[in-house]
Amino acid sequence: MTAMTMAKALNEGLRHALDADPKVLLLGEDIGKLGGVFRITDGLQKDFGEDRVIDAPLGESGIVGTAVGLAMRGYRPVCEIQFDGFVYPAFDQIVSQVAKLRARSSGSFTMGLVIRIPFGGGIGAIEHHSESPEAYFAHTSGLRVVSPSTPDDAYWMIQEAIRHDDPIIFCEPKCRYWEKGEVDVTASTHGLFDAVVRRLGEDVTIVTYGPSVHTALRAAQAAAGEGISLEVIDARSLAPLDFPVMMRSLEKTGRLIVVHEAGHNVSISSEIVAQLTESCFYSLRAPALRVTGFNTPYPPSRVEKEYLPSVDRILDAVDRVMGFES
Amino acid sequence: MLEEQLVQLLSPEGERVTHAQYPTTLNTDEIIALYRDMVIVRRLCNESTSLQRQGQLALWAPLQGQEAAQIGAGRALRTRDFSFPSYREHGVAWCRGISPAEILRLFRQVSHGGWDPQKYRHSVPTIVIGNQALNAVGYAMGVQRDGADEATMVFFGDGATSQGDVNEAFVWAAAFNAPVVFFVQNNQWAISEPTVRQSRIPLYRRAEGFGFPGIRVDGNDVLAVYEVASAALQLAREGGGPTLIEAYTYRMGAHTTSDDPTRYRFDADVEAWKHRDPIERVKAYLVRTQHITAAALTAINEEADVLAMELREAVLAMDGPDPLSIFDHVYADQHPLIDAGRQEMIDLGLGGVR
Repeated sequence: MTAMTMAKALNEGLRHALDADPKVLLLGEDIGKLGGVFRITDGLQKDFGEDRVIDAPLGESGIVGTAVGLAMRGYRPVCEIQFDGFVYPAFDQIVSQVAKLRARSSGSFTMGLVIRIPFGGGIGAIEHHSESPEAYFAHTSGLRVVSPSTPDDAYWMIQEAIRHDDPIIFCEPKCRYWEKGEVDVTASTHGLFDAVVRRLGEDVTIVTYGPSVHTALRAAQAAAGEGISLEVIDARSLAPLDFPVMMRSLEKTGRLIVVHEAGHNVSISSEIVAQLTESCFYSLRAPALRVTGFNTPYPPSRVEKEYLPSVDRILDAVDRVMGFES
Repeated sequence: MLEEQLVQLLSPEGERVTHAQYPTTLNTDEIIALYRDMVIVRRLCNESTSLQRQGQLALWAPLQGQEAAQIGAGRALRTRDFSFPSYREHGVAWCRGISPAEILRLFRQVSHGGWDPQKYRHSVPTIVIGNQALNAVGYAMGVQRDGADEATMVFFGDGATSQGDVNEAFVWAAAFNAPVVFFVQNNQWAISEPTVRQSRIPLYRRAEGFGFPGIRVDGNDVLAVYEVASAALQLAREGGGPTLIEAYTYRMGAHTTSDDPTRYRFDADVEAWKHRDPIERVKAYLVRTQHITAAALTAINEEADVLAMELREAVLAMDGPDPLSIFDHVYADQHPLIDAGRQEMIDLGLGGVR
């Protein structure tokens, strides 16, 4: 086990992927000499050359659109979108080509590409730098969407995503880039699309992912002080969602709260609540609740603390599901 | 005036024209082969229009008038090259060896693609205007990294030159000196909008601003298109980077069978372009020079008729796919929503070969 930040873990994971397969290429803005605005690709161009770690012209549709062609040619491109709010120029290529070319070609083309998106808020940024666009992509058939919440997951999930033959939107919780954690560089303990129970509990199931996992774990610690036991599930994969893990938990606790930064309207939590209500109806002891960002554009960051899901808001939801009487 | 800008090797009257930069490399047999290609693809196109009118196709996008542009470019491609069509490049698909029936699968509503793009080295149709330009540049960047002696050619129309993706593709191709040829068929009309709505300057001149050569070729002159496309492809293979070719042509028919061009263009224009017909000029040349016999001309027409009949039979026999096949190629790997959807369709009794 080695302690490192998520940023370093991603860097090491990308380095291993580049080492392991000469077809792996990185494309993005400022990812070469600068090492990316978050330094995730630091030093990689120096070691793997400008033909494999490619400083792209400034156009997101170009980054993804050329990655599509490279994937057609048998390469494994890894695109870096600089910030969540800049992915939309590439939305057309992602939805019309990345997601559909395999089906349109009856399996002739393999879209083995990864689109890395630093996402979420909490870093005091200006507009377009703090968004959570994951639901747009999770909604789109043909894509897979994952989000690591720890350095260990970041290290392994990026390598597994690059090896995978389906296109994967890789959402990196940028506010956790600089938090350290133990990384087991010898073996991955989870599958890429598996949800993981981060903390065992008895009373309430909290399903969350990405930047909110840490917040939920802190809420669980606080609740434990009040004698309430929260089970925290890190979804990890947002498309597909790993419902069996969530169902086992909900059948035990009977209470569900879903937490994420994106607004709840037509969101990942909408799908989780709908599916779990359908499959665990008789286990439910209270209505499922959601603790999310508000349904507004991401606010000026001076008020993002009030916008984002917090420990207090999670604990309020816990009180409501615990106090519900049918 | 127009002719001064165009690379032309055969006048509309079928007279050979010399060009300093582009000498003709084709012998008589090869010119006859190009003529045969054009006659066949027009005949197949007309058959497809009939099939649509008879309710056998959902839609058809005719290529009439653009045969020289498509056959000239399609025959300039080598087997190892890779090409990217939009949705009207039936002539290019024919040159790539794709069967007419495979081309019609899309319009028969049985497939979104129709053929195996890796087998023919010709990508599947792209209907979202201009997306394929970036995909082609990426493919060419892969060719470049492989050090392969191959070129990539991408087809789009005059309307597509207004799309961001096409302009980004120009930027990318220039930045990486990608071995790609952009082949724009300027058929004068983006559905109902004339090319002047897209550009204040001739389209080929756009290339200069991006930093690579642009050439306007008479798109109704198959000899000129062949030579210009061959040279651009060879330049790409040799590391010379991208070229934009504007094939100046005319969409003699409608945009698609859903369109009514009489609402937006003048009969006089259509008539004027009939005198520039790409097939007639080759025929005039071959007949005048006595390079082809009347019997040979008849034989080509008869061959085209037979192919059209075979196409009709193949289309009429073309059934929809098994509904369960919609789940087959969405992902490379197992996916719970796909598994659940397939099972649900089976349980509902909706699956099974129709």
